[in-house]
Amino acid sequence: MLHALTLILLCQLAGETVVLLTGLPVPGPVLGMLLLLGWLFLRGGISEEVGRTADTLLAHFSLLFVPAGVGVMLHWERLQGQWPAIAAALLLGTLLTLAVTALTMAGAQRLLATVQRRRRGAAGD
Amino acid sequence: MTDTPFTEIWVYLSASPLLWLSATLVCYLAADRLYRLGRGSPLLNPVAVAVALLIGILTLTGTPYAVYFDGAQFVHFLLGPATVALAIPLYRQRERLGALAVPIGAALLVGVLTASLSAIGLAAWLGADTATQISLAPKSVTAPVAMGISEKLGGIPSLTAVLVVSTGIVGAVFGTGVLRLLRIRDDAVKGVAMGVTSHGIGTARAFQVSPTMGAFSGLAMALSAFLTAALLPSVLDWLGLVGG
Repeated sequence: MLHALTLILLCQLAGETVVLLTGLPVPGPVLGMLLLLGWLFLRGGISEEVGRTADTLLAHFSLLFVPAGVGVMLHWERLQGQWPAIAAALLLGTLLTLAVTALTMAGAQRLLATVQRRRRGAAGD
Repeated sequence: MTDTPFTEIWVYLSASPLLWLSATLVCYLAADRLYRLGRGSPLLNPVAVAVALLIGILTLTGTPYAVYFDGAQFVHFLLGPATVALAIPLYRQRERLGALAVPIGAALLVGVLTASLSAIGLAAWLGADTATQISLAPKSVTAPVAMGISEKLGGIPSLTAVLVVSTGIVGAVFGTGVLRLLRIRDDAVKGVAMGVTSHGIGTARAFQVSPTMGAFSGLAMALSAFLTAALLPSVLDWLGLVGG
């Protein structure tokens, strides 16, 4: 647990440091995630301890959004003044994104399957 | 309030981070219990219920958000390490990833652009100001990343955090229904759509449907966070929303 947490925190620290030094447009934790991913590929596997610690952290992922969500208190005025725009962006924008993303991936999969079938068919001729 | 022992205890406790840290955990556990009692009905989303409970308590006790956050920041801080930890489910999916790389790449690119452009477009059309539009743009990205993006581009990070959480809740509540309507049956496709659209809260919901949907949702969330962070500055610059 302690080793795994240290590894995760060090990756985040390294990510934050690189972002500060280089001004990359990517937030530190995301870079930290990529560093950890690279490290896992280098090691060729995940130790049981690291796997367990990550699973524990991610099992309660929802909880981690609660403090930020309560921050809605700070923005009552802005939300009241612009609520139709914000509500439309949240509801319609989100449902549209969900549908478009799912249909794009399903369509790309079908297209890829067709191309592969044709290629196989051509090779068989 | 008069100086009763209760008031004294309250004054003492509310000055330490312990009270609001505990309150956050208790409200979340209560919301999670309610969610289970409701047989996982997405309408009882635990994040939404916990947030509503806490706002009720803070309003009744006249506690400002800043005082609350002094305690709750210990929970909030874990968003960073949890984001790093997403590398693990990502690594576990490495073999299926190869076969699905092209469809996932296409879905990510189209999804990330739809998420930010639809939010900006709808908000601008209905008269939201520029700061609100920029704060909405990264709404489909997991909170720590979205707040970082918002701050760098001239949005309001704390507003972005709220919009991110709301987006996650909308996706978690309506997502499975929309995907059913579209007759999407492949759990990999459902997961990717959920992760791109509604990040961690959608991923938490996806894990309830199936482990495959959850893993692909987590993967899509991580990749779309990276892609949005890389693309959004240029998109906003192109739209003339940030001074170039």
